[in-house]
Amino acid sequence: MSPTNIFAPASTPADSIFGLSIFVLLTIAAIFVVVGALLVYVVLKFRSKNPDDRSEPAQIYGSTQVELAWTIVPGLIVVALFLASARVIASIQDTPRPPGALEVVVTGHQYWWEYRYPGLNVVTANELHVPLNDPAHPAPTFLTLLSADTDHSFWVPRLGGKTDLIPNHPNSMWIDPREPGLFLGQCAQYCGTQHAKMLLRVYVQPREEFDRWVREQQQPAKAGGTDATITAGRRVFESTACVNCHAVSGTPAKGTFGPDLTHLMSRETIAAGAAPNTHEKLRLWIRNPDTIKPASKMPAMGLSDQDLDLVTAYLETLR
Amino acid sequence: MYCLITAEAAIFTIFVVAYLFYIGKSVTGPKPNDVLHAPVFYSVCLLASSLTIHAAVRKLVAGNMAAFARLWLLTIVLGGTFLYGTAREWAHLIVDEGLTVSTNLFGTTYYSLVGLHAFHVTVGLMALIIVALFYFAAQLRREHTERLEILSMYWHFVDAVWAVVFTVVYVIGV
Amino acid sequence: MSTNTSALSEAAATRPLTLRLHEWVTTVDHKRIGMLYILYALVFLVVGGIEAAIMRLQLIRPNNDLVSPQVFNQMFTMHGTTMIFFVAMPLVFGFANYLVPLMIGARDMAFPRLNAFSFWMTALGGLFLYFSFLGGDGLYGGGGAPDVGWFAYAPLTAKTFSVGHSTDFWTLSLLVSGIGSVGTAINIIATILCMRCPGMTLGRMPLLAWLNLTMAGLVILAVSPLTAAQLMLLIDRYLGGHFFDTQGGGSAVIWMHFFWIFGHPEVYVLVIPAFAFASEMIPVFSRKAIFGYPVMVLATVAIGFISMSVWAHHMFTVGMTSGANTFFVLSTMAISVPTGIKIFNWLATMWGGKIRFATPMLFCVGFLFQFLIGGLTGVTLAVAPFDWHLGNSYYLVAHFHYVIVGAILFAAFAAFYYWFPKASGKMCSEALGKLHFWLFLIGFHLTFDFMHIPGLLGMPRRIYTYESGRGWDIWNLIVTIGVVFQAAGILVFVANLILSYLRGKAAGNDPWDAWTLEWATSSPPPSYNFAVIPAVRSRRPLWDLKHPEDPDWRYE
Repeated sequence: MSPTNIFAPASTPADSIFGLSIFVLLTIAAIFVVVGALLVYVVLKFRSKNPDDRSEPAQIYGSTQVELAWTIVPGLIVVALFLASARVIASIQDTPRPPGALEVVVTGHQYWWEYRYPGLNVVTANELHVPLNDPAHPAPTFLTLLSADTDHSFWVPRLGGKTDLIPNHPNSMWIDPREPGLFLGQCAQYCGTQHAKMLLRVYVQPREEFDRWVREQQQPAKAGGTDATITAGRRVFESTACVNCHAVSGTPAKGTFGPDLTHLMSRETIAAGAAPNTHEKLRLWIRNPDTIKPASKMPAMGLSDQDLDLVTAYLETLR
Repeated sequence: MYCLITAEAAIFTIFVVAYLFYIGKSVTGPKPNDVLHAPVFYSVCLLASSLTIHAAVRKLVAGNMAAFARLWLLTIVLGGTFLYGTAREWAHLIVDEGLTVSTNLFGTTYYSLVGLHAFHVTVGLMALIIVALFYFAAQLRREHTERLEILSMYWHFVDAVWAVVFTVVYVIGV
Repeated sequence: MSTNTSALSEAAATRPLTLRLHEWVTTVDHKRIGMLYILYALVFLVVGGIEAAIMRLQLIRPNNDLVSPQVFNQMFTMHGTTMIFFVAMPLVFGFANYLVPLMIGARDMAFPRLNAFSFWMTALGGLFLYFSFLGGDGLYGGGGAPDVGWFAYAPLTAKTFSVGHSTDFWTLSLLVSGIGSVGTAINIIATILCMRCPGMTLGRMPLLAWLNLTMAGLVILAVSPLTAAQLMLLIDRYLGGHFFDTQGGGSAVIWMHFFWIFGHPEVYVLVIPAFAFASEMIPVFSRKAIFGYPVMVLATVAIGFISMSVWAHHMFTVGMTSGANTFFVLSTMAISVPTGIKIFNWLATMWGGKIRFATPMLFCVGFLFQFLIGGLTGVTLAVAPFDWHLGNSYYLVAHFHYVIVGAILFAAFAAFYYWFPKASGKMCSEALGKLHFWLFLIGFHLTFDFMHIPGLLGMPRRIYTYESGRGWDIWNLIVTIGVVFQAAGILVFVANLILSYLRGKAAGNDPWDAWTLEWATSSPPPSYNFAVIPAVRSRRPLWDLKHPEDPDWRYE
C-alpha cells in the first residue's frame, strides 16, 4: 500500500478531493466506455469488405439534430463537473480558521523545510509534527507557506492537495489528520538540482504526545555536561563556519541559512529525508554532503577526521 | 502588416500589464509622481506626425511629389523630435533623479515600456528615412503608394501605442 | 506530366552536389521550405527521444545513479524545449508550408522570402540551444545546457540561482525561433486570405486551410507574450531589472501568468494542425465527406478563442483566490465541448463509410482513440481540487504526452504516410508502415498508460530519482520498457522513409483517390504547382470531377 496514495485520504481536504475525484473519474470512465465502444463499432462494422469495390457509400454532409445533441449533452456534463468543483474549491480554500487551530509557518529552502510554530516558540526543520484532530474539538493545523529562495510545493498526498511556496507570495493551506502516524510526501515544484531529495515527513501525534514533543522542542539545547569530547566538539562547531548557517538555541550559534539543530537527534532523518539519522550518515554528511546529496547547499567543511568525530559527538547530544 | 501589428500589440500589452501590476509596489527609490513630468509637447509632435504621414501619402496618390516630400520630411522631423524628447527625459531621470532600470520596480517597468516604444519609433524612423533617401535618388514613384500606405500603418500603430503608454505611465501611474 | 518531371529530375541529378545543396539553402519554394522544416523536426525528434531515453533509464529503478542530478535536470529541460519548439512547431509549420498553397490552388505562399527567413530563424534557434551543451553554464555554474525546466519558472532563472549562461541560451534561442514562428504565421494568414483560387470562398476551402488559419492566428497572439516575458527576463538578468526579482519586490507569479498565456494557446497551435490532418484523411479513407463541415470550422475557431482564456489552469496550485480558480475551471471545461464535438464529427464521418485501413488510417484511428483518452484526463485535471494532487505529478506528464505523442505525433505519422507519395512521387512500404504502427502503439501504451499510476501514487515530476517503498518502482520499470518499442518504431519509420524514397513504387498523381487540389497535380508537383490555376465549385473539387453525376456543389 503506497504511503503517498492520493486515494487513501486521512484529512478533510484530502477527503473532499477524494469524493470529487471519484465523481469525476466515474464520469469520464462512462464517457470513455460509450465513445470508445462507438469507435470500436465503427472501425469493425464499416470497414471496406471488398478491396475491389470502388463504389462510394452515401455521402452524408451533416445533421443538425445529431450535432445539437452531442453539443448539449457534453455541455450539461461540463456544468455538473464545474458545479461540483466550485463547491469543493470553496470548502477547501475559503474555510475560516477556527480558534483552536495550530499555526505553523513553513519556509521552503533549497533543499530543506523550515518549520516555525509562532504561538509555541518552536523552531525545527524537515520533520513536521502536528496534533491528531479530534472531531469533538476540532484543531486543524494551518500552514503558512513562504519561500526563502525559489519556488517549492508542499505535497503530502494523504493529507491534502499540494500548495506552492513562492517567494514574495505567501500562501496558506490546512490539514486536520484523523489518523496518527507518519505521512510522507516531497517537494512538488522544481526548485533546483536537489529538488528530488527535498522530502516531507509529517508526524501526526495524539494530543498528549504532541504536547510532550512541543515541550521538548521548546527547551534550549542540552548543556552536554563536562565530557571533554563534547566540549571539544562544541568548540569545533562554534569556531568553524557551522554557526554561519545553523542555530542551536541557548548557544552563540544563530545562523538561519540552514536547519536549526537544537533538537537534531529528535529527528529520524537528516538532509530533508535524504539519509537516516545514524552516526555513520551524520558523520558522512558533515564530512562531504555531496556523497549523500550532491549540490546541496551545505559545503564540505574540510574537517580533519578527529574534528569530524568531535563535532559528530557534540551534535549527537542535541536531543 | 495587420498581423505584425497584432503580434506587436500583444507584446506591448504584456509590458503594459506588468507596468500596471507593479504600480505602487516599489519598495525603495524614486516614485513616479516625484520624478515624472508628462512630455506633452513631444507627445503632440508624435501624434501630429500621424497626421502628416497620412497627408503625405494622400499627396503621393494625387501625384504631388513636392508636397509629399515636404510632409514626409516633416513626419521624420516630428518623430525625431519625439525621440529627442525621450532622450532628454531619460538623461534627466538618470543623472538628476538617479532612476535607472535597476533602481526599483518603477525604474524597471518604466524604462522597459517607454524604451520598447522608443525602439519601435526608431525602427520606424529608419524606414521613413530610407524612403526619403529613395525620394532624393529620384527612385520614388506614384506606384509605390501601396507600400507607403503599409508603412504608414506601422507608424500609426506606433503612435497609438504611445497614446496608451502615455495614459498608463503619466496619467494612471502617477 | 510525370515524364516531364522525371526528365527534369534526371537532368537535376547530374548537377554537382554543391549546386543542389545551394539551391536547397537558398530556396524560397514553399514545398522545399516545408520539407526543410520537416527534416529538421525529424532530426530533433531523434535527439529529443535520446534525451527521454536517458531520463527513463535513470528512472528505471529507485536511487539509480546512471546520470548525475545536474545532467538529468538538463535532460528534462532540453527534452521539453526541443520537442515543443524544434520538433512539434517545425512539423506543424512544415506541413502547413507544403500543403496550404497546394490545397488552395496557389503557386506559393504570399511572402516566399519571409518564408525562407522564418525557417532559417527557427533553425538557428535550435542550433543555438544545442550549442549550450558546449558553451553554457548551468545552475550554480554547473556547466552545460539549460536546466531550469522548459517553462523556466522565476526566480530559479534569476542570476542568483542560474549563475551561468545556460538560461540565456534557453531565452535567446526561443526568442530567435519565435521571430521565425510569427513570420510563418503572418505568411499563412496572408496566403489563405488573399491567394485562394477562383471559386474557393472561405466556406469552400479544405478544413486543413481553416485549421491552419486558426493556428496562425493563435501563434500571433500567443508567441508574443512569451517574447515579452523573455525580454523582461533578459532585462532582469543583464540590466539589473526587477520584473521577476522576488527579493526586490518582483513577482514570480507574474512570470507564470505571462508564460502560460503563451503556453496554453501553444498546445492548441500544436494540436489544431493534428486535427487538420485527421479532418483530411479520415474522410478519404472512409470514402465519405467530412460530417458537419460548418460546425467543424466553428468549433475550431471557438477552441482558438477559448484557449486564450484558460491559461491559469497550469497555476491551480500557486495560491490564486477561489474565485480565480473557479473561473479557470469553467473556461477549461468549456473548451472540452467544441473539442468533443470534433471527435463525434470524425466518428460520424466514418459511420456508414467503407473504411480502408492503409497505414495513414491506422494512425488516424490511433489518434482518435488516444485523443479521446488524453482529452478525458485533461478534464480530470481541469477539476482544480483534483489538480491539487495531479498537477506537477507523473499523471500530468502522462496526460500531456498522451496528447502530444498519442494524438499529435500519431496524426503527424499519418500525415507523413499520406502526403509522402505526393512530395516524393513514391509510395511508402505498407508492410513497414504497419510494423511501425504496431511497434509504436505498443511502446506508447506501455509507457504512457502506466505512467498515470505513479502520479496517482504521489510521484512528482522533474525528479532525478525517487525513494523506494512508495509503490512507484514497478510502474517506472514498465514505463521505461515501452521506450524500447517506441525507439524501434521510429527506426522502422526512418528506414521506411529512406527505402521508399529510393525504391518505392511510383505513386502517380492521386494514389489515395482523394478529393482536394493537391492531388490534381503531379507527384512531386512542379515548382509552379499548377500549370493552370484551377477554379473550384465545391469543397471537394476532385470529387466533382470524378462524380460528374453527383457533384458536391449540389448539396452545399
